[in-house]
Amino acid sequence: MIAEEYIWTEGNPIEAVKNLLRSLKESLDKLQEEAEVCAVGTTGSARKLAGVMLGADAVKNEITAHGVGTLSRYPDARTIFEIGGQDAKLILINDGVIVDYAMNTLCAAGTGAFLSSQAKRLGIAVEEMGDMALRSLAPAKIAARCTVFAESDMVHKAQSGYRKEDLVAGLCSAVVTNYLNNLGKGKVIQPPVVFQGGVSKNPAVARAFEKETGLPVIVDENSHLMGAIGAAILAQRAAAGRVFDFRAAERTFSTRAYECGGCANQCEVVCFYQDGVLLDTWGNRCPNYDRQKAALVG
Amino acid sequence: MSKQKQKGREVPGIQGGKEQVFSFPHMGDYHVPIARLLENMFPSGRVLVPPPITKQTIALGSRYSPDFICAPFKFNVGNYIEALAKGANVLIQTGLGCRFGYFGEVQEQILRDLGYEFQFFSLARENARLKNAYQGFRQLGCPHSPAKFLFYVLIAAESIRIMDHFAFIMRERAGFAQRPGSFEYLYGCMLEELRQVSSIKELLAIRRQYNEAFGKVEMRQTQHLLRVGIVGELYTLMEPYSNLFIEKELARHNIMVSRRMSAAFLLFGKNSRKSLKDTGKYMRYWPGANATDSVAQSRYYGKLGYDGIIHMKSYGCTPEINAMPALHNVGKDYNIPILYLSFDGQTNETGVLTRLEAFVDMLEMRRKTFEEDGLSGRGHRFYFDKGSRS
Repeated sequence: MIAEEYIWTEGNPIEAVKNLLRSLKESLDKLQEEAEVCAVGTTGSARKLAGVMLGADAVKNEITAHGVGTLSRYPDARTIFEIGGQDAKLILINDGVIVDYAMNTLCAAGTGAFLSSQAKRLGIAVEEMGDMALRSLAPAKIAARCTVFAESDMVHKAQSGYRKEDLVAGLCSAVVTNYLNNLGKGKVIQPPVVFQGGVSKNPAVARAFEKETGLPVIVDENSHLMGAIGAAILAQRAAAGRVFDFRAAERTFSTRAYECGGCANQCEVVCFYQDGVLLDTWGNRCPNYDRQKAALVG
Repeated sequence: MSKQKQKGREVPGIQGGKEQVFSFPHMGDYHVPIARLLENMFPSGRVLVPPPITKQTIALGSRYSPDFICAPFKFNVGNYIEALAKGANVLIQTGLGCRFGYFGEVQEQILRDLGYEFQFFSLARENARLKNAYQGFRQLGCPHSPAKFLFYVLIAAESIRIMDHFAFIMRERAGFAQRPGSFEYLYGCMLEELRQVSSIKELLAIRRQYNEAFGKVEMRQTQHLLRVGIVGELYTLMEPYSNLFIEKELARHNIMVSRRMSAAFLLFGKNSRKSLKDTGKYMRYWPGANATDSVAQSRYYGKLGYDGIIHMKSYGCTPEINAMPALHNVGKDYNIPILYLSFDGQTNETGVLTRLEAFVDMLEMRRKTFEEDGLSGRGHRFYFDKGSRS
């Protein structure tokens, strides 16, 4: 890997992609040798948007991307735990093929969002949580079913005199309990187990996983980038030989969402413009619109 | 108010001297035979098909429904409100084997509390018996003799069977038409004809004609045919808006979609005792509604060597939640992956599409390794399962 970057989207994926491009360009310029971008892959919730922006060769969902990324590093992995900011996934692998997966559906309790909101409440940085939790000798027991329950549990424990380390340690194991209860239902977890996603940078969560499952848990040094690595591999396989231009970072991209009144469906259509020119639209469901779109986008 | 009610009872067919306008909630394309049935039954009234389901419908329905009720209830309430706003004054509801059977009463009360005036007739529980339904219809102003009534019911039933017969074929083949949309177009034409139908002879002609037309659609040859079975709660399966058009999305991925659940299945093919038996050892009791059907059908797809199963339900559907542990075991024993999806009237597709895409990727990868290992004897040809398409 010659250049990497990990940033938050902060609700603005277009700006985030631009920032990524700038910083990647910088680190590529610093290299001794000439580097060339052969293919671009995007993944995640904004994969389509980012894919259109960059003219990506591969636009893949994050479950496949994570699976492919991890298998490139750990070909005999059987189980992947992935906890990101907003969602969590459990991927089961057999002979190098994804055979089953689960993704949390209803709430964000077993994810990074839960940890960061609780860290805020305790007045500590989310990055410090792991090391702090490892210092705890008597972790507090915190209900893991739901963020609201966990929070009121935590507040009560704090009032009754638990130390901060113990609370944080309790939160870290609450995430694991919630994850295993929600996603692990009816699934058989086989070693080797790989733990990745942003939350895997928290050593206390990794340790809680080891304790709960009784299995060793591998955390790669690039565990937070596995999805990106997977997308890159998929892009390499699908490369169409397009020339990539870093100037995309300087272009203005804008979106316009409106409700199509063409028929009773009232689809929410999103139009995506580059420098005022319509690049693509999505969100429509009817064939009428597809024809119009073909005429507009050309 | 009570005086008006009294009056309505004295002079059947006329509510306070006004024209009767009949309406009913949507479910898939079934508004076609139902509207035809009501037209036939009440020649002096008018039938108003509620406006198609949109975001507005589910927003209205959610606002006036209990929060934790399942999505079908909310869709129905939305349909009713939109129909009432357009002038409907007689509302029809049906009932089923779960709490859906009591929806009618609650919905009627909700709508009355909102200040609407209307007659409400629910075909739930004892009203679902033909004799009681006839009496109810008579009270609403149906002028027909029992024989005529039966005749119109028969026409509607046969229309539904024809619809579901072709819808089943369409779902299986839509992803493989040489010209995308051919099957959907034919199906749409057939619905238009069913909307006008008035005799058994015409129905037979439609069946014959479209059998021929469907057979003539050119199909693409495909090497790696992926087959997915869809099981679960009936409304979510049958109302494409409530499952975010998942079947179309699967067809777009060139997947053969099989779904045995349909109105025809519920009316003529369902047999709780048989489906409990068909769950094999996976279920011992009947937990309500279509839970045993979901398990029996999943087992059936597993036996046929399908590549995957998608289980869909509205959020909080108790019978289907009861089916899920058995489904886990079916999935394990038949080595068939199952994707579980819950819907609650949400309109954002991204989450569902992500899971669906990943599911399709996974099925493709699995299929490839099976083929490399020489394990795939089944699944390359279309399998039309004749028995289930009543």
